[in-house]
Amino acid sequence: MSVLVYTESLKGKFKKNAFEAASYAHKVAQDLGTTVTAVSFNAEDDASLGTYGVSKVLKVSDDSLKTFNAKAYADVLEQAAKTEDAKVIILSSSADSKYLAPILSAKLSAGYTPNVVAAPESTSPFMVKRTAFSNKGFAMTEISSDVKIIGVSSNAFGVTENNVSASVEDFGPSLSDNAFSVKSVDVDRVVGKATIADADIVVSGGRGLKGPENWSMVEELADVLGAATACSKPVSDMGWRPHSEHVGQTGKPVASNLYIAIGISGAIQHLAGINASKVKVVINNDPEAPFFKAADYGIVGDAFEVVPELIEKLKEFKAQNT
Amino acid sequence: MKILVCISNVPDTTSKINFTEGDTKFDTNGVQFVINPNDEFGLTRAMWFKEKQGATVHVVNVGGAQTEPTIRKALAIGADEAIRVDAEPKDGFFVAQQLAEVVKNGEYDLIIAGRESIDYNGGMVPGILATLLDMNFVNTCISLEIDGDTATAVREIDGGKEKISTSLPLVIGGQKGLVEESDLRIPNMRGIMMARKKAFNVVEPVDASQPTQDQKFEKPAAKGPVKLVDAGNVGELVELLHNEAKVI
Repeated sequence: MSVLVYTESLKGKFKKNAFEAASYAHKVAQDLGTTVTAVSFNAEDDASLGTYGVSKVLKVSDDSLKTFNAKAYADVLEQAAKTEDAKVIILSSSADSKYLAPILSAKLSAGYTPNVVAAPESTSPFMVKRTAFSNKGFAMTEISSDVKIIGVSSNAFGVTENNVSASVEDFGPSLSDNAFSVKSVDVDRVVGKATIADADIVVSGGRGLKGPENWSMVEELADVLGAATACSKPVSDMGWRPHSEHVGQTGKPVASNLYIAIGISGAIQHLAGINASKVKVVINNDPEAPFFKAADYGIVGDAFEVVPELIEKLKEFKAQNT
Repeated sequence: MKILVCISNVPDTTSKINFTEGDTKFDTNGVQFVINPNDEFGLTRAMWFKEKQGATVHVVNVGGAQTEPTIRKALAIGADEAIRVDAEPKDGFFVAQQLAEVVKNGEYDLIIAGRESIDYNGGMVPGILATLLDMNFVNTCISLEIDGDTATAVREIDGGKEKISTSLPLVIGGQKGLVEESDLRIPNMRGIMMARKKAFNVVEPVDASQPTQDQKFEKPAAKGPVKLVDAGNVGELVELLHNEAKVI
């Protein structure tokens, strides 16, 4: 009856969202009076999950699962859930988790609630708070099925340390050819750079930057902060920046600790997409820009003067604090 | 090739969101409804398959009679036939079960749904549908080519993209990238007139389970006023972010 958690890894290393999901699973297990079992795929340091409250790791080591495959991974998690008689399964809000969760939901006839931002309100009935209406609201959702699947929002519940000793067991699922009917041909992933999905800080530029040639200062600011770069919808529509950087209601959602918007007016669709970020800073030369109503800190000024100055000040700050 | 495009009827992206009946329901008062943006990218890609590869395109929605103007818009854009399953879309699992019945009856090769609806954000309908029908599934799909029974897709992943090879029958969860924003179509008068003559089938729902229920809604807490920093004193912002907000 343990709580099962899918702990994501990349090239053997657990992602931050694995620790967040494990922390959340530990909280649910405490509420239910049980323990946490994690499923890991080709990960290196499985015992480290104990730090976040995982008592047992089902370790899957299988070359055919080196690249994420939603159907095959869902098969493995289904088998693990049955072995453990798990009634609650915790995943993250990554693209992979959101791909896998509905498949698992259908296999287990389990109610699935994504984008959950807090520990369960109650476990009987089982109630969780999640974002809805693209971050313009929250829903308190009851899951009434026997098995329940929860997708935890990034940077919401957060990482908590709950040191327990984790036992690691090899887990050998049986997988049919049908599990691999959707094949990965090629993965093109930016390496060595923070991504919008998991960055603590996101620096975003809008039309106020006047053209793609002016993005070097956005990138430099992101470099100094170890941040991911993003942009508003008009900027991606005009082709100044790739679609993958578009954040907002129809683009990517942002749930970073710090979001810095440069030359973005703050249309309602944009604000919806970045609303889950904890601290918002806006730099805009128009004091009437709607973003100032949604931001925590603001500078009314010319981005071409303010941003280079900010980069200098941050460099000085880093020099003093490292 | 027979394509089914699943359409969700959602508030326009500029809508202000309010709740009613003791915060248990979305307040539709004064709200303009549109085709869910993620679905619209898929519908437009389906039009391409129709025009270039001779595909037949049907659209389906699970909803009450009030969703018909949105479905009619899809017909005016060029879909051949429409189906409305006459039921309130209770949750994603419920909707997927209704759609599974439509797919079984219509023998579709390709089902295009949006990655998620912009209202309830469940993001589960295409994946559950595919699994109930034992079809292949690609989520967050930003490119799709079909050649015979072979499908080549590109999926957006965190920090990049993945090229995928699979086969029909296939369900995709689509989004922007399937087509560009500038490819989206506005119905013209001829399309609107022709849409009136196209088959529009209203079907009864099947018995289906509903494992989740939104019990209550709330709006995000109101924000305090912004703290302005003088443009000539940028160092103060660094100070505030470090000492007060504690994010750097």
